[in-house]
Amino acid sequence: MADKRKYVIPGDIVTSGPFRPEQNVILEGNNIIATAVGISEIYDDSVKVIPLTGKYLPKINDLVIGKVVSHTSLSWELDINSCYIGFLPAMDVFGRDFSTHADELSSKLKTGDLVAARIANFDRTRDPLITIADRDLGKIDDGVLVKISTSKVPRLIGKKGSMIQMIEMGTNAAITIGQNGWVVISCETEEGLSKAKKAVEMVNEKAHIANLTDLIKDMLDGKDES
Amino acid sequence: MGGRDATMVLLDENGIRCDGRKIDEPRRIMIKAGGLKNADGSAYIEFGDNKILVGVFGPRDVHPKHMSNTDTGILRVRYHMEPFSVGERKRPAPSRREIEISKVIKEALEPAVMLEKFPRTAVDVFIEVLQADGGTRCAALTAASVALADAGIPMRDMVAAIASGKVADTIILDVNNEEDQAGQADMPVGYMPSLKKITLLQLDGVLTPEEYKKCVDVGVKGCELVYELQKKALHDKYFGNRGD
Repeated sequence: MADKRKYVIPGDIVTSGPFRPEQNVILEGNNIIATAVGISEIYDDSVKVIPLTGKYLPKINDLVIGKVVSHTSLSWELDINSCYIGFLPAMDVFGRDFSTHADELSSKLKTGDLVAARIANFDRTRDPLITIADRDLGKIDDGVLVKISTSKVPRLIGKKGSMIQMIEMGTNAAITIGQNGWVVISCETEEGLSKAKKAVEMVNEKAHIANLTDLIKDMLDGKDES
Repeated sequence: MGGRDATMVLLDENGIRCDGRKIDEPRRIMIKAGGLKNADGSAYIEFGDNKILVGVFGPRDVHPKHMSNTDTGILRVRYHMEPFSVGERKRPAPSRREIEISKVIKEALEPAVMLEKFPRTAVDVFIEVLQADGGTRCAALTAASVALADAGIPMRDMVAAIASGKVADTIILDVNNEEDQAGQADMPVGYMPSLKKITLLQLDGVLTPEEYKKCVDVGVKGCELVYELQKKALHDKYFGNRGD
């Protein structure tokens, strides 16, 4: 279990001793030093810092929401709210028998389309490779895009998905959360949509409040005074 | 620095300086993290009468492309003084001095930022001096490091900076504009407090080896004071009402 949570800024010594440095910490001599503003967590044998700020850095297997920005004859380029552009090869969409002559890429995905995708491969030498060949992935036909801070994505999901489930139940909306901080909400009723959107934005703004769950619940139940 | 003005009393017999400070007392410093909505990270600093705003973008695409490095991200810094920042209107085009300070600040930040995590990208730091009163490079460096942390750029440590110097044969902390113009030496010091490493050290003037050592020590001690304020600025923004 995580104990000894601390608020840290870059350069702060989180702990010292035989721990394995994980995310956002470095080993400097015998000390483990934080490299980001965030909350430090010390586990049995490892230390990490959960960042409170920063851009999205692609990680293999992350679900992201991407926006098509352009395409070549072989692939699409997606804006995934990161410093790198997502690379979606045409073969992924058209299948193995894809031919540059017969298939027109813009027939499937046009510039500006939103896509739910998964990071298939990423390393420091190349731009992230993206796939939509999976269940629940692919072009998003309807819904509104809400942009939240990347560092607040875990808060929106909640413990074992509790927060997002509550919002979905309360509004009858379907919410897709990309790890890159982009969220797509779709709902059949106008009211549910605006409520869900409000709830997501509320999580984004008030992520640090301890009883946020109750606050959101009150809002969803209509007991909202703000 | 040029004219040695003999008419001004920089240090009186009680050890009080021209603006009423003691020899080891910095000016009033206020740092605020954040504030700019469109930048990825930002900071504002008031360092005595210096007022400086810093915005950080990135990591992001490098343009022009040929500047990018496949091994690591690059850091780009622009230090710029507003035309109204000094007594007489300053021409807005980057001067020789501004280009040099940009480079100096960039090199002082580079040991702290860990851009090797973001190959082929750039981090841009824009420093705008709204009001200048001596020691802007130290104030700018201090604010830039807060802005970088605010942007979530991984950093080994914060960089705090302050100038020490020599006035009326005495080593002093935090040189202001008058002391810079009429004093005997001015030494900006940039320091990473947790790693205990100096990232910026310049000297304008003449010091004996003993004075030099003392000057560095005084500067480093000053940086530790500045560091506390940097820490406070970030804590106020991120952990504000949550205490620690």
